[in-house]
Amino acid sequence: MKILVCISNVPDTTSKINFTDGDTKFDPNGVQFVINPNDEFGLTRAMWFKEKQGATVHVANVGGPSTEPTIRKALAIGADEAIRVNAEPTDGFFVAQQLAEVVKNGEYDLVIAGRESIDYNGGMVPGILATLLDMNFVNTCISLEVDGSNATAMREIDGGKEKISTNLPLVIGGQKGLVEESDLRIPNMRGIMMARKKALNVVEPVDAVKATQDTKFEKPAAKGAVKLVDNVNDLVNLLHNEAKAI
Amino acid sequence: MSVLVYTESENGKFKKNAFEVASYAKAVADQLGTSVTAISINASENDSLGAYGVSKVLNVSNDNLKTFNAKAFANTIGQAVAQENSTTIVVSSSTDTKFLAPLVAGKLQAGYVPNVVAAPEGTSPFMVKRTAFSNKGFAHTEISSDIKIIGVSNNSFGAHENGGTATVEDFSPSLSDADFSTKSIEVDKVVGKATIADADIVVSAGRGLKGPENWGMIEELADVLGAATACSKPVSDLGWRPHGEHVGQTGKPVASNLYIAIGISGAIQHLAGVSSSKTKVVINTDPEAPFFKAADYGIVGDAFEVVPQLIEKLKEFKAQNA
Ligand SMILES: Cc1cc2nc3c(=O)[nH]c(=O)nc-3n(C[C@H](O)[C@H](O)[C@H](O)COP(=O)(O)OP(=O)(O)OC[C@H]3O[C@@H](n4cnc5c(N)ncnc54)[C@H](O)[C@@H]3O)c2cc1C
Repeated sequence: MKILVCISNVPDTTSKINFTDGDTKFDPNGVQFVINPNDEFGLTRAMWFKEKQGATVHVANVGGPSTEPTIRKALAIGADEAIRVNAEPTDGFFVAQQLAEVVKNGEYDLVIAGRESIDYNGGMVPGILATLLDMNFVNTCISLEVDGSNATAMREIDGGKEKISTNLPLVIGGQKGLVEESDLRIPNMRGIMMARKKALNVVEPVDAVKATQDTKFEKPAAKGAVKLVDNVNDLVNLLHNEAKAI
Repeated sequence: MSVLVYTESENGKFKKNAFEVASYAKAVADQLGTSVTAISINASENDSLGAYGVSKVLNVSNDNLKTFNAKAFANTIGQAVAQENSTTIVVSSSTDTKFLAPLVAGKLQAGYVPNVVAAPEGTSPFMVKRTAFSNKGFAHTEISSDIKIIGVSNNSFGAHENGGTATVEDFSPSLSDADFSTKSIEVDKVVGKATIADADIVVSAGRGLKGPENWGMIEELADVLGAATACSKPVSDLGWRPHGEHVGQTGKPVASNLYIAIGISGAIQHLAGVSSSKTKVVINTDPEAPFFKAADYGIVGDAFEVVPQLIEKLKEFKAQNA
């Protein structure tokens, strides 16, 4: 089985978000970038397929040269090879078209992406990718087993979960549950050394249209101070009469 | 050229978000000078959409679509778009809809913008405001493709009645086996309880509760309020509560009217996912807990004392206001 894990390079979850150039761009100054958490769960599941079922695991990222430390981290965790499509990932439809080209050229059986990137929260790349390639698709995927060309997945739904049966070739939008938090791997020294020797192939983007463009950003309005009360009677009164929430 | 809205239903009943997205579609149609057509799958009471601005409902009755199937549903919506010549499609932010919308986008080469929080700022260029960076910011996004898909953020626009009426037409999509290549085998879902996605009120608890054996009072509080229960990430990582209850940046988003956080410190990742809730209440022993800076109301106190009192008070309140 040949697996492609799609990696998005995102600000660390603790980052304070700022904008620059008259609020038209995200300001990366002082921000630590990491593998998108949803993708990291998927990458870790891919490592399981590599170790238990002999799968080959490649990672792909659409991004500029500054994303390479994040890609190297994925290699240090254990991916065999990496591909970086040298383009700014400003639109989900554009990114999906770039990844579709990578998947076609690499003949992957399984594509593991994240349910959404925690930066722009588009959540569309895996689904559009599946449509462009006519592959099966499972979103909000919280478990995945592959047996030959049969796949059994669990997906999270509002208020529960659903078991799904499908076939390779398959794209999933993964999240926590694919593996547990405690299964995540911190690259060790050996992994980091080996990652330096692994192939990180840079390819130029194919011609593709962009369907959307972020023109301006803003931060949420500052919040008023909290109203502290010291008893539940006052709280219930405020929730009923002031907030009209109950 | 009408605006097409996908109005989601479950067991034949429209979900709450169906009326919200219909109202949103009406606002878009007014800007574009056109009308709203809804596509509904196995829903009864289709004419109820009229009150929210829908003029025509395409009603699909198909036993193969009794269980949600993203590909088949996406194909159905795509065929409705083609029949109506629609260039603007409005959908919700439910888990099922976030599954099918990218498939519709891929098929129709449409620009899809989810998490939209307000009516379009303009239609030429087509500009919408949406959340980004897990609620730490907003983006004003232009959609430049011919066909546009707008995903309305839960509970952001609201349902607005305008007293109109809708005609209902049958619509039969042509579907093949290929549309069902991904099959549902089993659905494991709580019935008769509010879900985090739909609930008006969410009661959430964190590590401050010390152990899973103490969740009885959280469930009771949720029961009294008709609320859904949620938890912080470590609580689900520790196995105290199911993963489906984990809310925050890496869990489920919450956009309820009221969010009550008990024994939750208010880490940035937690707040990012719950901050779209309208009113936030925090109960925490530590006055320095960061959640107090993000909340509207707070009690500095021990959950084990405050929550039972709150349950009693709310029971009294409900009895008086029933
Ligand atoms: C990549 C990444 C992603 C993350 N994503 C998420 C996410 O999506 N959602 C999320 O929730 N977290 C997330 N986290 C974790 C987050 O950083 C915090 O660790 C977590 O939210 C803390 O959970 P908590 O508030 O339950 O526990 P704690 O931080 O331990 O807080 C417990 C609180 O309970 C209070 N308390 C103790 N006893 C009582 C009592 N008797 N009565 C009342 N209050 C009491 C304490 O004062 C304290 O404030 C993420 C972390 C990382 C690194």
